[in-house]
Amino acid sequence: MPDYAWPDAQHRTLIGTRVSRVDSPVKVAGQAKYTYDVHRPGMLYGKVLRCPYAHAKVVSIDTSAAEKMPGVKAVHIVQGPGTTIHWAGDEVVAVAAVDEPTAEDAIRLIKVEYQQLQHLVSDTEPPKGGVQEEGPLSMDAIDDMLDNQVPAGQMVSEIHQYGIGEKPDEARLNDFKESGASDAVLDALRKAAIHPEAASKLPSSYQKAAAQTAGDPEKAFAEADVVSEGLYGVPVITHCCLESHGSISEWTDPDHLFTHISTQNVSGIPGQMAEPLKIPATNIRVHQDHIGGGFGSKFSPDRWGIFTAEISKKAGGKPVRIMLERDAELEVAGARPSAYARVKVGARKDGTLVAWQSNSWGTGGPGGGGMPPIPYVFSIPNQRQEHIAIRNNIGPARAWRAPNHPQAAVLTMCALDDLAAKLNMDPVEFFGKNLTLTKPRENTYREELAIASELMDWKQKWHPRRQIASGDLARGVGLSFHTWGGRGHASDCDLTIHPDGSVDIKLGTQDLGTGTRTCILIVASETLGIPMDAIQLQIGDTTYPPSGGSGGSTTIGGVSSSTRRAATDARDALFAKVAPALNTQPDQLECVSGKVSVKGDSSRSLSWKEACSKLGVMPLTVRGKNPDKSKPPDLTNSGVGGVQMAEVEVDTDTGVVKVKKMVAVQDCGLVIDLKTAESQCYGAMIMGISYSLYEEKVMDPSTGRMLNADMGFYRLAGLSDIPELVVHMMTGKGYDERGVIGLGEPPVISPGAAISNAVANAIGVRVPFLPLTPDRVLAALEQKAGA
Amino acid sequence: MRDEDENQKNPNDSPESPGVSRRDFLKISGISVAVPLVAGPRVIKAAGQEVRVYGPGKVPMEFAINGKNYKANLEPRVTLLDALRDEFELTGAKRVCDRAECGACTVLVDNKPVYACAMLAIEAQHKAITTVESLTRDGKLHPIQQAFVDNDASQCGFCTPGFVVACKAFLDKHPHPTPEDIRRGLSGNLCRCGTYAGIRKAIAQVAQKGA
Ligand code: FES
Ligand code: FES
Repeated sequence: MPDYAWPDAQHRTLIGTRVSRVDSPVKVAGQAKYTYDVHRPGMLYGKVLRCPYAHAKVVSIDTSAAEKMPGVKAVHIVQGPGTTIHWAGDEVVAVAAVDEPTAEDAIRLIKVEYQQLQHLVSDTEPPKGGVQEEGPLSMDAIDDMLDNQVPAGQMVSEIHQYGIGEKPDEARLNDFKESGASDAVLDALRKAAIHPEAASKLPSSYQKAAAQTAGDPEKAFAEADVVSEGLYGVPVITHCCLESHGSISEWTDPDHLFTHISTQNVSGIPGQMAEPLKIPATNIRVHQDHIGGGFGSKFSPDRWGIFTAEISKKAGGKPVRIMLERDAELEVAGARPSAYARVKVGARKDGTLVAWQSNSWGTGGPGGGGMPPIPYVFSIPNQRQEHIAIRNNIGPARAWRAPNHPQAAVLTMCALDDLAAKLNMDPVEFFGKNLTLTKPRENTYREELAIASELMDWKQKWHPRRQIASGDLARGVGLSFHTWGGRGHASDCDLTIHPDGSVDIKLGTQDLGTGTRTCILIVASETLGIPMDAIQLQIGDTTYPPSGGSGGSTTIGGVSSSTRRAATDARDALFAKVAPALNTQPDQLECVSGKVSVKGDSSRSLSWKEACSKLGVMPLTVRGKNPDKSKPPDLTNSGVGGVQMAEVEVDTDTGVVKVKKMVAVQDCGLVIDLKTAESQCYGAMIMGISYSLYEEKVMDPSTGRMLNADMGFYRLAGLSDIPELVVHMMTGKGYDERGVIGLGEPPVISPGAAISNAVANAIGVRVPFLPLTPDRVLAALEQKAGA
Repeated sequence: MRDEDENQKNPNDSPESPGVSRRDFLKISGISVAVPLVAGPRVIKAAGQEVRVYGPGKVPMEFAINGKNYKANLEPRVTLLDALRDEFELTGAKRVCDRAECGACTVLVDNKPVYACAMLAIEAQHKAITTVESLTRDGKLHPIQQAFVDNDASQCGFCTPGFVVACKAFLDKHPHPTPEDIRRGLSGNLCRCGTYAGIRKAIAQVAQKGA
């Protein structure tokens, strides 16, 4: 049985050190090629006509003038007459032309007649009585549940309890299956009671999405010494990847598609394109060298990826490039669901949490959306939650870095912080007191809380909430906790050792800027004892072994494990060939510093090159494959904890909030590259400052359109907004032996709550909703003064 | 009615002379019927003055980019950024907002940082254009590029070329910047991945070495 285990601390030369990102040089030189940069011979440029209405029916389309225009090579109706459009900016017609200006002109010549329908783009608190109680589940509701990854058990019991509105046919069931429905769910659907009368009712925009109770909240609140009530929330924000979504597609022959696409999911794209394009997945080749940001919004080819391929076909197979314009990127290509809640929490005098109640709501666009996991991190013994999902016309939601967790952190940690204030307790003491509710991560959080307090100088900086005089620059500190899974995904890695000593590695993974390439090379180099630059790494192509999509912080665990396996197996195979030459047994050999030598006797060794020559003429290729999910993980693991603290300064005259310092203390098991790991935390804090202070997808209730679909008014934090940032990674004993765990999501979860809590500490009153804009801060101050 | 050779005859003709901003061109382009001919400017009278009008068809243009000459026939509404990227395959400068809000397309025009998406190609003729591609000489990174590598100042890297060019221009002007200089001088570029901490360190590294 090969020993794949990670080397222990004294045998690690690279793992856990600070290694510079291997693809930095091409990036800083402007040589890294992104999908947007791909220029294929004879490439045509596509443009898209988008619906200006948030809710409308397409009545007629006249493309004749566009088709006649010189330079136009293909016109493709994406959503024809009769289709209902559910959000502004949705695609109606696409055009491919010899250059962009021509395509733009052609779009202007297309006439579309719409019938406008009533729209809803607001996500304010649902009106009492307007909410649809649980009833038979519609097929859309089942879709939503799958999208929201409602556990199979819960789905089965709800289908059982409420029945369904219509009988799904096999095609529909197949769709569900593809969206991840388990056999148990499909079976429940087949057997469910059908209530067609209820289904014919128009669905309300407000749907009760969850209602659950644990323990005895009534009694617990009655017995609590202190009860705090508050309103909290996080609006819809967008992903705003700097490289917009899009692809360049071409047909190399009538049955074979070659597509360059900006994606977090290279290996997973063909399977999603095959059916709509009616060709086998194996006929689809996907390639991507670099990606300019995804953050959860780039797992699918999207409708535009499909019609880029279709329009290419219409244009005789010529390459067609369709990259989204910035306004479309912000309107249709990614939004994080909103979440708001009225929260009531109760504790005993000593701070022990006893009861939680939340009435939450939020929107994920037309699909409604699910309840964030609240109360977050702290399992308060008695709790009741009710969540209402708002279906509206703001555009579809997508996974946004740590889906649902940043919202959960705000709703929970801000409510708990207000309770601590009511108890007159220092939050560090209050949260510290309740850490037993965070099992199984209690010890991690305890250590992290202590380190974070130290790094923030919390004792010096924290003060009880107090009255401030207007005109003051008020300072305050706040904190938050978060958690995430992050076990490695399925990943295959091919590693080849050539007889001349050269080594290459191929994986169908992608590097989102998280350092994936760097980490793969670190692991291979550490295992084979040869320098990183002696190994050639190729990723980002469907001709390489499949590797999972980069979502949910699963990539590092996935690729590091499969690379470790491949490298270990290849090394062992090499040892078998080399052992006779060194007069020893294969298990007596080791690879260190570019040599294959007998353990404990470095005088008996061969250089790497000499050793590889023992392979003869044939290269040695080994595939590393991760054990499947049903088995316990070995090289990777799941479950991390993090604590963050923020210090802010609030100008009480202008309402402007400035973050002055942030501290992130984070565990992620065994760190492969400390440098890029820390960068994940720095980047996450910066992104967090951005969504805490500035970001919001602002919708115009009358036109139903996004008002700030550009980067001037959809404000991202800039360099001048960024204060001193401190990152501390939890490593060493107790952490390293857990194996490799993902880090992309966790550190982006807490900033909203930590910063909101710091502002409350500074000005003595809660600003209920993010982003903490000057108008909201002033309104909160005013309300406090009036109270 | 049109002077085919106007452009060639007046190679030093100030590109500002058409007096039409990109914004105006965008408006004008809306009413244009595509005329796929390559043609020089026409002279018309507007507000009592003679104004040369280019387009709406393609116009021959010449550029000096990274010390080399480039020629292309482009519509006057084409931006410098699109000319660089789509005509000359210099894709270091990125198209992100395409309206002067993010800095991803930053290049140097006569040594000054410029948003290439906010300048028409026709206006950039006969000026010295420097793109990120030219900063690396014989495979050796420019000190600011090396500092980006050392301080992990790029993640996805899409904002990086724009930042590198902006930082170079900034450091040329402020070899010993104060933190306040940095805050002000580099607020015109945006990064989604959050690399600002690394960028600040990179600038400090170069400023220190230069000292
Ligand atoms: S693309 Fe030019 S400033 Fe954003
Ligand atoms: S590194 Fe990704 S946008 Fe800056």
